[in-house]
This record gives sequence, C-alpha cells and structure tokens, in this order.
Amino acid sequence: MLEIINDYWVYFLIGQYPNGPLGGLVLTLLLASCGLVLALPLGVMLGLARVSPWRWLRWPVTGFVFVVRGLPLLMVIFWAYFFLPSVTGVKTDQFTTMLIALVVFDAAYLAEIVRAGIQGLPRGQMETARALGLGYGRAMRLVVLPQSLRSMLPSLVNQFVSTIKETSLGYIIGLAEVSFIATQINTQVFTKPAQIYLILGLTYFILCFGLSRFAYWLERRLARRGMSVANPASAPKVSA
Amino acid sequence: MPLFDYSLLLTGKYHDMLVGGLLLSLQLLAASLLLALPIALVVALLRLSPLAPLRWLGFAYVEVIRNVPLLAHMLFWYFGAPELLPEGIKQWLYAGHIEAYSAIIALSLYTAAFMAEDIRSGIRAIPTVQFEAGRALGFGFLGTMRRVVLPQALRVTVPPLISQTLSLWKNTSIATVIGVAELMYQAGQVESATFRSFESFAFASAAYLTVSLAITGLATWYHHRYPVRTI
Amino acid sequence: MIELQNVNKWYGSYQALVDINETIHKGEVVVVCGPSGSGKSTLIRTFNRLEAIQSGRILFEGRDIHAPGTDVNAFRSRIGFVFQQFNLFPHLTVLQNCTMAPMQLRGLSRKEADERAMALLQRVGLANKANAWPSELSGGQQQRVAIARALAMQPPLMLFDEPTSALDPEMVGEVLLVMRDLTRDGMTMVCVTHEMGFAREVADRVLFMDEGKVLERATPDDFFNRPQHPRAQQFLSDIRSPFARGA
Repeated sequence: MLEIINDYWVYFLIGQYPNGPLGGLVLTLLLASCGLVLALPLGVMLGLARVSPWRWLRWPVTGFVFVVRGLPLLMVIFWAYFFLPSVTGVKTDQFTTMLIALVVFDAAYLAEIVRAGIQGLPRGQMETARALGLGYGRAMRLVVLPQSLRSMLPSLVNQFVSTIKETSLGYIIGLAEVSFIATQINTQVFTKPAQIYLILGLTYFILCFGLSRFAYWLERRLARRGMSVANPASAPKVSA
Repeated sequence: MPLFDYSLLLTGKYHDMLVGGLLLSLQLLAASLLLALPIALVVALLRLSPLAPLRWLGFAYVEVIRNVPLLAHMLFWYFGAPELLPEGIKQWLYAGHIEAYSAIIALSLYTAAFMAEDIRSGIRAIPTVQFEAGRALGFGFLGTMRRVVLPQALRVTVPPLISQTLSLWKNTSIATVIGVAELMYQAGQVESATFRSFESFAFASAAYLTVSLAITGLATWYHHRYPVRTI
Repeated sequence: MIELQNVNKWYGSYQALVDINETIHKGEVVVVCGPSGSGKSTLIRTFNRLEAIQSGRILFEGRDIHAPGTDVNAFRSRIGFVFQQFNLFPHLTVLQNCTMAPMQLRGLSRKEADERAMALLQRVGLANKANAWPSELSGGQQQRVAIARALAMQPPLMLFDEPTSALDPEMVGEVLLVMRDLTRDGMTMVCVTHEMGFAREVADRVLFMDEGKVLERATPDDFFNRPQHPRAQQFLSDIRSPFARGA
C-alpha cells in the first residue's frame, strides 16, 4: 500500500494539474466549498419563502423543494448535464454542471434546515420585535435570522460534510474528483483495488469525520450558551 | 426544443427498458432494506451496551461508514472486495450478478449506519427509568430491551426510519456507477440511444417522485395512526 | 389616550372580547384583573394590534390602530409592551437589547442610544449588567431589562401583560418596584396582573373581567373592599381564602 501512496499521492491530491485541469482531493474540496457557499444564500431565501406569510411565494417554493428532495442527486445531475445544454444552447463543462446541480440540490435541503431553525425559535422573539415597532423584514433580519443561523451552524457543518460526499457523484459525468482519480489509479495499478479503495475511503473518513466532530463541538458550545435549535432531530439528515 | 414524444414511454423497447430498470430499483430497495434493519438494530444495541469495547465497535461502525460517500462504498465492494476473496467464490460471484450483490451490500451497510443512529435516538427517547424498572423486575439487558424499551421506542423510531428508507430509495440510483441496470442506468441508456433526454429523464423523475411520495405518505399515515404516547 | 369603542373579538366561534368600551386617560394607571381565560391578556394585546379585532375601534392618540392600511409599526413604537416571558434577545447584550430599536427606528447614533440605554438601566438598577448576556441574568433581572428596553423608545403608554407571573416569588418585588417608580413619574400604564398588593397601592382604577366582558370598574379601594358584581366578589373571596369554597 505504501508504494501506491508514494507513487500517486500528487495525482490523488491535485489530479493532472498543472498539465491538465485541476482534479483529485483539492477539486473535491473546491467543488464542495463553492457549492455550499453558493447554495447558502439561495437556501436562506428559499427557507424564508417557506415561512413567509404570502401564499404566492410559499406554495411554488414548497413545490420546488418537494420535487428536488424527492429526486436522487444523480437525477438532478443528469438533468443539468444532458438536458440543460439542449435548452440553453450552452454546453457547460463537468465542474460547472456539477456545481449547478449541487447548488440547486443543497439549496433545497438548506431551505428545510433554515425553515426548522426559524420555526424552532420561540414565537415570542418575533412578537417582541414587532411589539417594539420593527417591521417584518427588519424583525427577521435583526432578531430572528441572527439567532436561527447561529443555532443552525452545526447543521450547516453537517451539510458541508454531506456536500463533500455528494461531490463523489461527479464521477459519473467524468469529473476528475477524488473518487474518479482513485479509479484511474486502479486502472493503472490494476492488481491492488482493495487497497486503493481503502485509501479512498480513509481520505473521505478523515475529512468528514473531522468536520462532523467539529459540528458536534459547535453544537455543545451553542447549547451551553442557550442557543441550540429546539429539536435538532427534526432537521432532516442528508445521505448521498 | 423537440416535442414531448409520449410514444417512447408508453410502449416498445425503451418503455420496457425503463420499466425493467424501475423494477430492479425497487428490488434493490427491498433487499437492502431487509438487510439494513437487522444490522442497524444490532449496531444500535452495540452503541448502547454496558460494555465499553462493544460501544466502541458500534461507534466505529457508524462513523466509518457514514463519513465515506456511498459511491466510494460501491466502488470498494465491486472493484476492491471481490479481489480479497478466495478464487472459487470469486468465480461464482462473477458468473452471477456481482454488480447487484455489491450494490446491495454497499446500500445495506450504508443505510444501516444511519438507521442505527435513529434507532439509538429512539431508544434514548424512552426515559431511563423504564429501563431501570425492567432491570428491577429481574430482566437482563437484552430482556429489558426486548420487553420494555424497544416496544415503546418503536413508535418514536419509525418515522425517522421511514425517512431513511426514502434516502435509501434515492441512493439506489448510485448503483448505476457499477453497472447495475436499475432505473437511472436505463434512463441513461435510453437517452444515449434516442437522444431524447427530456422524455427518458421525465419518466425516471416521475418514477422516483412517485415512490418518494408513497414513502412520505406512509410516514404521515403512521404518524396519524400510531402517535407517540408518553406519560 | 387610548379609547376602545364597541370592541369585539372572536377566535373562530368563541368570543374572547364582548363589546368592550373603555377609555384610558393620560397619566392613569389601570390594572386589569380576573380569572384565567377572562380575556384580559387578549384585551391588552389588542391595544397594539398583537391581536386583531373583528368589530369596533381602538383609538390611540385619536387614530384607529386597527384600521386597514394603518402603519402599525409607527403605533407600536409609541406603545411599550412588556411580556410575561420577558423575551429578551439572547444574541444581543443587555445594552444592545435596549439600543437596537431606538437606533433602527428613531435614527439615534450609537452614542446617543447607549447614553439613553445606560440611563434607563441605571433607573431599573442594572447599569452594572450592561455588557452581560441575557442568559446570565435571573428572571427578575431580565424582566427589568425588558422594561428598560421598552422605555428606550420613550413611549407615552406602557402595557404590561402579567409581568411577574413567570417569576419566582422572591424576584417579583424588584420588578413591581420598578413599575411603581414608573407610575410616580406620571407614566400612563395598563397592567394585567394578579398582584393585588400592587393594584391596591398604585392603581387609579381596577377593571375586572370575566368571559370577555368588563364586569366592574372601580377605584382599588372600592373594588377590594366593596365589590359590586357577584363574579368579582367570588373572585376576591377565592383569592383571599382559597379553601373556603370546599368547606
């Protein structure tokens, strides 16, 4: 196993760069980070729409979130990769396609996390802000959201872990993320597949386990400050 | 944009491919679910065991499995694991449906890790005094679990388990990667054969959504029919 | 200052407020009391439209607060409301809780808002807690901060919805003291409370409610010593001798 690591660690980390596009573990992390960073504002907006008092906003968004959450991520990727170019006329590369799919998919899940965070806040907070004379928008912005987002932080870190795992599906459209690279290495080495895939698993494990421990620590720290979500079990878990 | 071609989906070769894929997806769902539940129960009990090494084993299982993407699991069980087996078994596997077996193993183990956590939460939702009352009556750890705690934990646990079943259903799509001819695979095949991406993906999407809706409906029904009763 | 004309409110088919007609004058301290479910909290919450009404008018400083198209935020910033559950904002310090609304709604600078808030915190006896977090304070302290927060908007009217009901007995006194001091400064107050001692000492008028109706209005002296309405008599005797009924 050690010779494999020795020979291929650079390829594993950054793919063919600089002789080709960026790949490997760095690409995985880049894709996951960009995906979550872009999905977050969209997710917050969708979450706000889900709790808004206006039906014309609530219903379409609820429908959208329902559909996206009922489909496998792979389906969303296929739509983005095969169908979108025929509609828009623009053929996007694998990274962009994967990014679009991740942003749309994760935003739908984040919308639910945001909604749970907002609804988990005691009703008195919104009421008090309104009683002081703040309008709905300002009350949301200054009182409800700051508390909700803070209490959602552990869920958001867990969502980041899910997003990292979701990037693995880029494999199917030929994106050179770390799982794809592992298979490329396997094709070259040929005789040690178990070891190669164990290394792949270990890489993901270290990354994701580290992050989920961080989320756990965050949750405990927030609980001490009296700011954890009322019922974290009700915020849905994503597995992919 | 090409017009929606219904004929493709209603009859003929491509229709059969898609329906065949759907059936295989459902089979993957059923097989994985049947395997995952007992594994999940065992792991949950390990995590709650009074013996520290067993607790550790359960914890290790859950964390190792959950923190690796399902795709990597599938790749391991299809490409990696068979190589570790003795020659005879390996030949037998390759002669049969090795892709499907690998997919089912990967799906079962993966789903079991999440379900184990849900079962554990459900058991922990039952006040400890219930467990103590069972022990006080003279039952051992497993006996108390079976007679007192688990029956109560069931109602709390079923909704999250149904939610995990929903995730499992969606995860069956990843079996495409190792060549299992389930719904997603067939949708891709139909697309590359006919270049009608919209129709084939629409069919697959509708199929996924329908089953998802059915599973969600099941959860809602269960919640109404068997509400959680506490003292 | 506040005038209620033929106010009625329903929750579905249940009538929570029945034909209420009242006027609260400037500088008055009015206590609203009555058994649970009498509608007293509902009544006070209609004053700043936290509850809607189905018929009638509520005029604050001459303008109908429940009229459609009214700028309810403008009204609310001139009415201070103190909740039973204090509802301090946990993500802001005590000082920030008090400066947020004046800065946002009255355009005060940070310096001006801080000064005003510190003066108020001084008045309620919590100036030393200005930079503490709400979670670090006791219930009584939190409620006093809530009062300071409401006062920071310099409202001409203060409403209290059972301000001491959620407090442990030993903390009730510190809050009532703050409220009493407010009355001595001439604040117009409407208070829903069970604290009869407070009513007796501080109120100009007592309104007794049951089943959504105002059944008796009197000075504290008249109300506590010579209640007219049989329901009021029952209520007072229940409070004084809780076991008498069973005898």
